[in-house]
Amino acid sequence: MSLSPTDISRIAHLARLELQPAESERLLSQLNGFFDIVEKMRAVDTTGVEPLAHPYATVQDVALRLRDDLVTEANQREANQRSAPAVERGLFLVPKVIE
Amino acid sequence: MSLADLHNLTLVQLTRQLREKQVSAVETAQHFLTRAQAHPDLGTFVAIDAEATLAQARAADARLAQGNTGALEGVPLAHKDIFVTRDFASTAGSRMLEGYRSPFDATVVRRLAEQGAVTLGKLNCDEFAMGSANENSAIAPVGSDTPTPVKNPWDLSRVPGGSSGGSAAAVAARLTPAATGTDTGGSIRQPASFCGITGIKPTYGRASRYGMIAFASSLDQAGPMARTAEDCALLLSHICGPDPDRDSTSLDAPAEDFSRQLNDSIEGLRIGVPNEFFGDGLTPDVRAAIDASLHEYEKLGARLVPISLPRTELSIPVYYIIAPAEASSNLSRFDGVKFGHRAKDYGDLLDMYKKTRAQGFGDEVKRRIMIGAYVLSHGYYDAYYLQAQKIRRMIADDFQSAFAQCDVIAGPAAPSVAWKIGDKSDDPVANYLADIYTLPASLAGLPGMCLPAGFGAGGMPVGLQLIGNYLGEAKLLNAAHRFQQATDFHLQKPQGF
Repeated sequence: MSLSPTDISRIAHLARLELQPAESERLLSQLNGFFDIVEKMRAVDTTGVEPLAHPYATVQDVALRLRDDLVTEANQREANQRSAPAVERGLFLVPKVIE
Repeated sequence: MSLADLHNLTLVQLTRQLREKQVSAVETAQHFLTRAQAHPDLGTFVAIDAEATLAQARAADARLAQGNTGALEGVPLAHKDIFVTRDFASTAGSRMLEGYRSPFDATVVRRLAEQGAVTLGKLNCDEFAMGSANENSAIAPVGSDTPTPVKNPWDLSRVPGGSSGGSAAAVAARLTPAATGTDTGGSIRQPASFCGITGIKPTYGRASRYGMIAFASSLDQAGPMARTAEDCALLLSHICGPDPDRDSTSLDAPAEDFSRQLNDSIEGLRIGVPNEFFGDGLTPDVRAAIDASLHEYEKLGARLVPISLPRTELSIPVYYIIAPAEASSNLSRFDGVKFGHRAKDYGDLLDMYKKTRAQGFGDEVKRRIMIGAYVLSHGYYDAYYLQAQKIRRMIADDFQSAFAQCDVIAGPAAPSVAWKIGDKSDDPVANYLADIYTLPASLAGLPGMCLPAGFGAGGMPVGLQLIGNYLGEAKLLNAAHRFQQATDFHLQKPQGF
């Protein structure tokens, strides 16, 4: 399998990354180099094998825990917005999205 | 003991001196702050705030005076800059988070502080913990105007390993008695090996991931890095424990005193030696040191058992599919809206996202985001991500078969000693291949540690990796401590420090 320049621009769009032409070219060859080592993995027969998400599930069932739907945090709007790039009257500012 | 020698004490010794009031927490903090600032050339610290540190130390001294002490009262520690902290900026080594201030402390940081530990500062690491050489940090270390690779104290022209390279180098150079690290695919064990120190990653789920800036959520684990197994045991006892409300993958396993078995005899301990860890890629100098340390274990009464971990090589593609997939999802939060960098000039919202992320992320992070976005995209998910997760189970099952024959597994942590800065920086795949011995235990979520086991080419340290079964940390630390009672590799220190 080999990726094409079109694949690179499609993935970059999905990943929300603007790439310069030289960067795209470099990524194309690096990703193709990487996928060469992945080929061996694709050939493994995994029929009937359950995917493993939480590694401890190898030896014991692990249920994802849910906590009670309760308010546990005090309002910390100011502290939480201290590192935001653009804030006004307690709101996060973004470029206009609805005309 | 004179004040000038404080940095030569182990963490356990230092704890005792503080409790017996031979030295104060403020004096201790000042001593280590002076050392950290005297060695800016190593590039280990990315944040120091003497006032914040001394305020914590004064509070510790007040508790010591009242006899109201925690297990680590007044002991200075430094944290990998992947843990968020209120008192210091938290950057994950990324331009994206330059200057970022967290409104809360990571659970691991909080737990250690509750035992009286004093934070010296934050330590350099690869950007978002992605790297094996600490050459991927975008943050200028304290004392420098530009980002520079962290140096290995044993040879300043070599890398310290990664991604917890700042932690390993700072501990080896005795700029801090111990540090926190995180291990996703070997990021505690490999730098410990390269810098000649001791580090342990617990079973996945034992240490809370809350406040650890996420890389790959099904793999990330925190752990201590120190000079001895005894020090690691003390720290790990206070790092681990359930965090049910903050980390949905936290295990129910209760906190333990990991020091309790340190001195147990290892007579009859069955050490599994996987033949796949001794293949062509292993350099002869590392092999010689590992063979000698295995022989040392035999002298201590352990028995070597040949075992097989047949999918060791497959762990490279499996890991480098799963970790980037999870990373591409985790790093989607960096969009220039709620925190972190935002591009200066942009058009619409989409353009702002794309420019912000292009400027904020470094090359290695972009590569992994691209790989992850691709393997999760429509039409490729089953062939890559799901296939990798299935082989991940096969790899974990292989370990269970091996543990039917042995109590712990031993082998090298890395195929070579630390390489020269720049040697592999243009070849990402070469970096990935060098992770071969640490990835299998990461994928299986098993506890793994690394301890000094001798010296190889160029007089550089070699680390022995020990892998235990789930929740088997105490046994690993026991095996490591007994080895350190019989050897002095962990007592060696690099010249000039």
